[in-house]
Amino acid sequence: MWRRILALILKEFRAIWKDPKSRYIVIVPPLIQAVLFAQAATFEVTQVSLGVWSEDRALAATELLSRFEGSPAFRLAGSYDNPREAAEAISAERVKAVLHIGQTFSADVHAGRPTAVQLLLDGRRSNTALIVQNYAAEIVARYDLERLRSTGLAGQVSMEMRAWFNPNYESKWFILPGLAALLTAIATLMITALSVARERELGTFEQLLVTPLRPLEIAVGKTVPALIIGFVEANAIAALAVWFYGVPFLGNILLFHLGIAVFVLSTIGVGLVISSIVKTQQQAILGVFMFNVPAIILSGFATPIANMPEWCQWVTLIDPIRYMLVLTRGVFLQDIPWPLALQQLWPMALIGVLTLSFSTWLFARKLQ
Amino acid sequence: MRRGRFSRVRALGLLRKEFLQIRRDPSSIVIALVMPVVLLFLNGYGISLDAKNVAFGVVDESRTVESAGFYQAFVSSPYFKPTLYLDTREAERALMRGDIDGYAVLRGDFSRRLSGTGPSPAIQVIVNGVDANNARIVGGYAQGAAVIWALGRLSERASLPAGLVSLESRYWFNPEIRSTDFIVPGLIALIMTLIGALLTALVVAREWERGTMEALMVSPASMWEILLSKLVANFVLGLGGLALAVSVGVFIFQVPFRGSLPVLVLISSVFLVVALGMGLLISTAARNQFVAAQASFIATYMPAMILSGLIFDIDSMPRWLQWLTHLIAARYYVSSLQTLFLAGTVWPILLPCLGALCGFAVLFLGAALLRTRRSLE
Repeated sequence: MWRRILALILKEFRAIWKDPKSRYIVIVPPLIQAVLFAQAATFEVTQVSLGVWSEDRALAATELLSRFEGSPAFRLAGSYDNPREAAEAISAERVKAVLHIGQTFSADVHAGRPTAVQLLLDGRRSNTALIVQNYAAEIVARYDLERLRSTGLAGQVSMEMRAWFNPNYESKWFILPGLAALLTAIATLMITALSVARERELGTFEQLLVTPLRPLEIAVGKTVPALIIGFVEANAIAALAVWFYGVPFLGNILLFHLGIAVFVLSTIGVGLVISSIVKTQQQAILGVFMFNVPAIILSGFATPIANMPEWCQWVTLIDPIRYMLVLTRGVFLQDIPWPLALQQLWPMALIGVLTLSFSTWLFARKLQ
Repeated sequence: MRRGRFSRVRALGLLRKEFLQIRRDPSSIVIALVMPVVLLFLNGYGISLDAKNVAFGVVDESRTVESAGFYQAFVSSPYFKPTLYLDTREAERALMRGDIDGYAVLRGDFSRRLSGTGPSPAIQVIVNGVDANNARIVGGYAQGAAVIWALGRLSERASLPAGLVSLESRYWFNPEIRSTDFIVPGLIALIMTLIGALLTALVVAREWERGTMEALMVSPASMWEILLSKLVANFVLGLGGLALAVSVGVFIFQVPFRGSLPVLVLISSVFLVVALGMGLLISTAARNQFVAAQASFIATYMPAMILSGLIFDIDSMPRWLQWLTHLIAARYYVSSLQTLFLAGTVWPILLPCLGALCGFAVLFLGAALLRTRRSLE
């Protein structure tokens, strides 16, 4: 029996490996992506182009401006004399925001009257705009705070900020372990979904069925290659993350591999369900996309699940990638404690068992 | 024979064949008309960058009026849903479990030091850095809440109006800062990238795989006519999908559309040609459906999601990567759609984008044509 399964596994590998393009597409692009995306995926906003429209040349206004100039978050990119010029600059995306200081600003500050400065932001990129707004509000608040302090009041409070598990807020530390899960899912899903669909389309599936192989042996033969490729892919990206980008790996390497095994079983299960429903490769590919694209978005890979609407958060519970992300990030960065790891492992295992048995049932029904 | 002149009869015949093929196999229709709507729905709700109600802990070891006031500042902030802890270890465990994204610690001597005896107090803020991007945002909010609290206290004691100097922010084009308003136009671009490429990549790859491409080539039809008929048929399908996606954006997500419709159609048409051309190129290079599908996903969707400026700010990327984003066609389309939807027909932005997209269209179509020709020899 083992020799038969082994033969089938070898055959599956050859089906992927014999074509140099298939070989290439499974290995090279994921690594390139890991390098590129790790650099790009950051919410840190630096050197924001800021326009200034100041109607006040007195001391207080210049002082406030110099604080904006001195901040690494901003870069002065233009100054305007009227609202029309300022509007044009934002509209044409020459600047991301314009700071407007009114005529009476310095006089108001001097006289102790409450006053305000305006910040006009480009709402087309509301994400960036929100971050920029936060930076600006902090600069203004600090300016105000220090003015109040200079009146001789004691009782200042300092704030120490510390980010656990990632002291320098390195986005790479967060993206790369995530990519290890994501790219593994993309490859294994496609391989399993297509392997059966291809045999169906070419008519070789019937040939496989008349061989002495039993259905279970066929199922094992179809899963093992994807499992192995999943392991290789995840390890390659993990190695890249650790040795090339210096992402710490604090957790248990066995737990990491246990996670990959359970996770890949769940994606293989989904892949097999897709391939047991469809008739052609094209439909299989479509099925994979219809699963993959939402699964990536809802997994918390790029944006936190906590920000999604309530019902969306419920949907994420059936997304295996969601659990794997918590697990890989945990294993890499925080030496995830076992109870928390188990909380991620059992839902993935459940998804795997359900999808695998469902697909076996579907196959069995089709044979009769 | 193959290099013969363009024949309208032949091209129309081929076009008819393409439409028949589309009608018989529903997968093209699914790609073009069902996928955009489904994807837009899920992604439109799934991508949200507005951090609200962040689960945050405040560890109050001092238990005084001052520390309670600090906690109140977090309760009244729209960004936080604070939990009060009396012990640091409790908060630490909650952070480990992922129940809270961060916590602030007020030591036992907080009030005493605040009132002037001893050195000034320090508030320790710990955020969970596993999600570095989220940590940055949460940390910023916490700092903001603390500064507001400190200002309130100081101005109370100095009997000065609270916050002498304040910042009024106004968001243009999107006054309520709904992130759907800026996400949805970008998503339409992202989804059309994927769909345009898939439409041609899969269909043509299948023809190669089944050998029907060779059959077409030995017919008197020229390469141009074959590719053109595929392009036109899928173009019509793609425009249908785009119309659906735009309708969902405007009518269901209620994103305002302030630009001109003809300009939207023009830019979208050019972009669709780019995406379809990319698909043609992928399929002629791949020749099998597995490779074509993986390549379309990896070469179009992933870069369009991460390098187009849809989620992450391009200006904040490393310089070399900023240059690289110019090679991503979706970048120009994302920018055009965001401008057309939210700002209006701003030519200084739209014209360069249109130019770049035209360039990409010529490039991809030319490359696909060359590759197909050469692969015959």
